[in-house]
Amino acid sequence: MDLNQLTAHELLDRLKKGQVVSKSILDSLYARIQAVEPKVKAYARFKPGDKLSLNLQASALSAGLPITIKDNICTEGLNTECCSKILADFQPPYDATVISKLKAAGSSIFPLKSNMDEFAFGSSTENSYFGTTHNPWDLGSVPGGSSGGSAAAVASDEAIWALGSDTGGSIRQPASFCGVVGLKPTYGRVSRFGLIAFASSLDQIGPITKDVEDAAILTRIISGYDPNDSTSVNQEVPDYTKSLGNEIKGLKIGTPKEYFIEGMDAQVKSVIEEAVNRLKSLGGAINQVSLPHTQYAVPVYYIIATAEASSNLARFDGVQYGYRAKSTSLIDMYKKTRAEGFGEEAKRRIILGTFALSHGYYDAYYLRALKVRTLIKNDFDAVFKDFDCIVAPTSPTPAFKIGERTQDPLKMYLSDIYTISVNLAGIPAISIPCGFTKNGLPVGLQIMAKPFNEEMLFRVAHAFEQNTEWHKVKPRL
Amino acid sequence: MAIDKETVEYVAHLARIELKPEELERLSRQLHDIIGFIDQLSALDVEQVKPASHILPISNVLREDKPHVCLTPDKALENAPSKIGNFFSVPKIIE
Repeated sequence: MDLNQLTAHELLDRLKKGQVVSKSILDSLYARIQAVEPKVKAYARFKPGDKLSLNLQASALSAGLPITIKDNICTEGLNTECCSKILADFQPPYDATVISKLKAAGSSIFPLKSNMDEFAFGSSTENSYFGTTHNPWDLGSVPGGSSGGSAAAVASDEAIWALGSDTGGSIRQPASFCGVVGLKPTYGRVSRFGLIAFASSLDQIGPITKDVEDAAILTRIISGYDPNDSTSVNQEVPDYTKSLGNEIKGLKIGTPKEYFIEGMDAQVKSVIEEAVNRLKSLGGAINQVSLPHTQYAVPVYYIIATAEASSNLARFDGVQYGYRAKSTSLIDMYKKTRAEGFGEEAKRRIILGTFALSHGYYDAYYLRALKVRTLIKNDFDAVFKDFDCIVAPTSPTPAFKIGERTQDPLKMYLSDIYTISVNLAGIPAISIPCGFTKNGLPVGLQIMAKPFNEEMLFRVAHAFEQNTEWHKVKPRL
Repeated sequence: MAIDKETVEYVAHLARIELKPEELERLSRQLHDIIGFIDQLSALDVEQVKPASHILPISNVLREDKPHVCLTPDKALENAPSKIGNFFSVPKIIE
């Protein structure tokens, strides 16, 4: 096996024992990228034949394991453009807290950033200014989104491990589509400082990895209180690797009946049912539960997330950074800059969010959505009184075809029907590979737990993973 | 509640986004559908429900009132599309 195919924990082990040097890991990644990146397009701003050597040599100086970073997480001196024209050539003057933590832990930041839907607006990575990423399992299908570049890079061994961000499923859904592990930590677990904001009350940074152990290691590195993020929580970060290797006998596991509904792909349904049976055979006590307000999650989300986005994206006006349109008057400069700089989905969301917050509509939309958000959170609180975790599909379908949903935004929004509630409730959730459809597309199993109980996720996910082989299957490229 | 072309045009102005006529047409149609879908929220009785302003039980987070290191003007201006001295430069505001 080539080095780039190994997991991070396998490589960390070899680095520690002196069996491998950082330079050879980078070389193997680079060779892989040259070979398959023209097909997958997981990275933003990659040009075939590009000599990454200078950057690579620079990163090789820090002897760490390379990590791939989504294009919306600030890396000092390294282009961070949210895959948007409006942030063209932006090089942050500082590192996001997660980047500082990674560097302090000895990681080297991979010089190419991963592709994403512009400003994380999307479920397919088709909204990137740099073009669509292709699913390594079927190049005609989407990798999911918005962290589709990170997920595709990890799945195709173009990355050892990666960071993504998840506002409504943007880590878990692409992880599910690409057959890798993706975790959305509890809101407040990981600092958002330096994550270019989409919806501040929902955004979290999290790991996308080849297996559960890597996710546990990476989550520990990036978690923790940060005075620079007033919503980060001052609570000790456990050693998540201690949650691995434990049995799950007797754990109370709920399956929400509202998630197993019509509209769910029949093959996904049977793969998930098989996965649930596996958990049962490992000793989990499975019972059906109810999250009665599930159907309202998507409408609530598209009010709250767009309202926050409209406010957060007001900063992109051509004054402080990025693209500026030519104009002789200020208001006109704002309007033209934003018209030319934002893509279609960004405009749609900003206008929807501005509408929801505007005079005369605030009570009917924004305030009402906040109230229904409370009901959604209460649903989870009630279930977690009696259950240790909840399992469900990550997505109602496997990866869909490129172009299939781009003409119908509402249909695209419904791709996130199983992941959005988790962000609204602020709880943690993980997606792990749990099987394939007949056409060979991966299916993800989602596990959700109480706030700050990532340990439960790792425990259940690892027990499942160690008793299955799904995470070891690699796409043929 | 329906959203018409005039509303979209007005909201786009509030959001400082210039729309081409065909963009306005398409967005109005799409937003009409999306708002129609969102309107299912009006079926719920939320009279007695508190809005979820914060999803975590933390509030009034304040930092210590002490000077600390921040970006230098040079660094802060590094990405400016246009600058004069230590300032961002923009088109004339007052005629």
